[in-house]
Amino acid sequence: MSLLSVRDLTVKFAMRDQTVTALNGISFDLAKGERLGIVGESGAGKSITGFSLMNLLSRPGYIDTGKILFEGEDVVQMNDKRLRNLRGNRMAMIFQDPMVTLNPVLTIGQQMIETLMAHRKLSHEEARQIAIVKLREVYIPSPEERLEQYPHELSGGMRQRIIIAIALLLDPQLIIADEPTTALDVTIQADIMELMLELCQSNQVGLILITHDLGVVSQMTERTLVMYAGRIIESGRTREIINDPQHPYTQGLINALPQQTVPGQRLKQIPGNMPGLASIPAGCAFNPRCKYATDLCRSRVPEAVHYGGVEVACHEVQRLNSDEDRQEARA
Amino acid sequence: MFAYLAKRVIQAVAVMFVISLIAFAIQGNLGDPLRELVGQSVSEEVRQQLRDEMGLNDSFVTQYLRFAGNALQGDLGTSYFFKEPALDVILKKLPATLELVFGATLIIVGFSVPLGVYTAIKPDSILSRVIMGLSIVGISIPVFLTAILMIFVFSVEYGWFPSYGRGDTVQVWGYWQTNFATADGWLHIILPSIALASIMLPLFVRLIRAEMMEVLQSEYVKYAKAKGINPWRIYFVHALKNTLLPVITVGGVQIGTMVAYTILTETVFQWPGMGFMFLEAVNRVDTPLIVAYLIVVGFIFVVTNTIVDLIYGLVNPTVNIARMGA
Repeated sequence: MSLLSVRDLTVKFAMRDQTVTALNGISFDLAKGERLGIVGESGAGKSITGFSLMNLLSRPGYIDTGKILFEGEDVVQMNDKRLRNLRGNRMAMIFQDPMVTLNPVLTIGQQMIETLMAHRKLSHEEARQIAIVKLREVYIPSPEERLEQYPHELSGGMRQRIIIAIALLLDPQLIIADEPTTALDVTIQADIMELMLELCQSNQVGLILITHDLGVVSQMTERTLVMYAGRIIESGRTREIINDPQHPYTQGLINALPQQTVPGQRLKQIPGNMPGLASIPAGCAFNPRCKYATDLCRSRVPEAVHYGGVEVACHEVQRLNSDEDRQEARA
Repeated sequence: MFAYLAKRVIQAVAVMFVISLIAFAIQGNLGDPLRELVGQSVSEEVRQQLRDEMGLNDSFVTQYLRFAGNALQGDLGTSYFFKEPALDVILKKLPATLELVFGATLIIVGFSVPLGVYTAIKPDSILSRVIMGLSIVGISIPVFLTAILMIFVFSVEYGWFPSYGRGDTVQVWGYWQTNFATADGWLHIILPSIALASIMLPLFVRLIRAEMMEVLQSEYVKYAKAKGINPWRIYFVHALKNTLLPVITVGGVQIGTMVAYTILTETVFQWPGMGFMFLEAVNRVDTPLIVAYLIVVGFIFVVTNTIVDLIYGLVNPTVNIARMGA
């Protein structure tokens, strides 16, 4: 049985004058200890997916339909008490910006110990000892002193390490990391990613890594979902998706990487922008930006089909594959 | 720590300098002091001679320096009416006013935090709407009207509370007589305290609510939820502490402002404090007393603000007073 099984998850936002659909029938599975990447542009619904898994959407967002089965139990149906037991305990989250994630007026120790004591019957001293052990695991020097410090006394990289330590405090089954290095210095990004990979592997923790960085996904994850305008448009093993993408959007993303361009030339970008949630075009949401779009693409939403080792939601995937354009585009 | 303190003290001195300048300028323009001192029968020559003797013909700067020099030694002039040093007159009245402000502050602190937090957590509930509606009413009605209404309802109609004066007070120390030692004293201070609090309390409820709602939207509150922390702990430990930081700063300023509002409250309730005294002094054109009042109130204002800034530094971990030099 898989650790996490998401079925037809639909999330809506009730705005003042209309209700928009942010996630439209998302389904995927995650095995125990598996590492999954979710990629896409800003606004594709990656972060909303992450927050939905913990049932942590704040108004005006809400889960409309669908199931999120975590260890066999539906997160959508859980009451507040069950949700509190889930959050931080069985499923932990790493937020995007470590500068604003930790509470500025509480010490690191208070924020770690309260998490432990919220879920386990421990004395303050026992909780403190566990916190120290976890801080050592993320290579924080002199952890006893750190516990007495306030967040503003620590650097961004240090704070993100502490947040990783907090995520590991209760030995969760799954960690959701929402762009965990976007707000950090480039030199620290690699360190943090390496640390996360090491800890997930050694502790057998499942990881959902939300990012727009395909390079990071290829190093960190075994499987990848590519999202566009609230839908999964391509999914499969990370190696296949990076080396042999089938969806024109994924191909565009990979071609846009700077490594794919001869130095001195303009980067290859995908023309146009992702549509806003209120104005998603009919049919395949990508069709206005796609040079292969047909009338079918403009009228019907494509179903996911198995093609070339991945699941891809594209009407034209067969034509495209035999098309010489594609060989040319990939060259 | 020392550098920060020194900086705060220098600022306070500068503010006091400006206040004393303004007070002194008022003194020179509030009628002719001689008219208050001597009768109609004194001739113009004698008047001129008196002016010279009193230094009233000296330049503004000379007169101010003399005034400031005396003020620094605690001499703020002599009240025309009481024939006593103005400072003594005020110090005798000060405890009554401070007790009134203290009573009002107790009410404000006791009610604004729970009401502000509740209206922030449940913004759509009926009770929240009622509280917010009442707060608008409270802010809109002038203090003297609230006071008169309360006297009418609770003293005249129901007879629950006395309508004026301090009632039984108990001598504590020096000029200090307290209301808080006898039941009669408590009964007397309740209505005036409520009246004085009636403007500040709604203001604080609204301020705490606005700050709290903003804090509840923050990433660290969302993160605390993601850690599975109990909602009460999130509200009262994670959110409230961050909410109160800006409120403390505003609060200090408002306590100072309340000292000024006592003029209205004390007058309506015939409360024998320095606000009531000030109004009487204005009626009697008791210029030295007016000036002394301005300086004492300015001093209280500056001292509370300085203390509040220091408290803020102690409460907020991101302000490190010990290391703050500049």
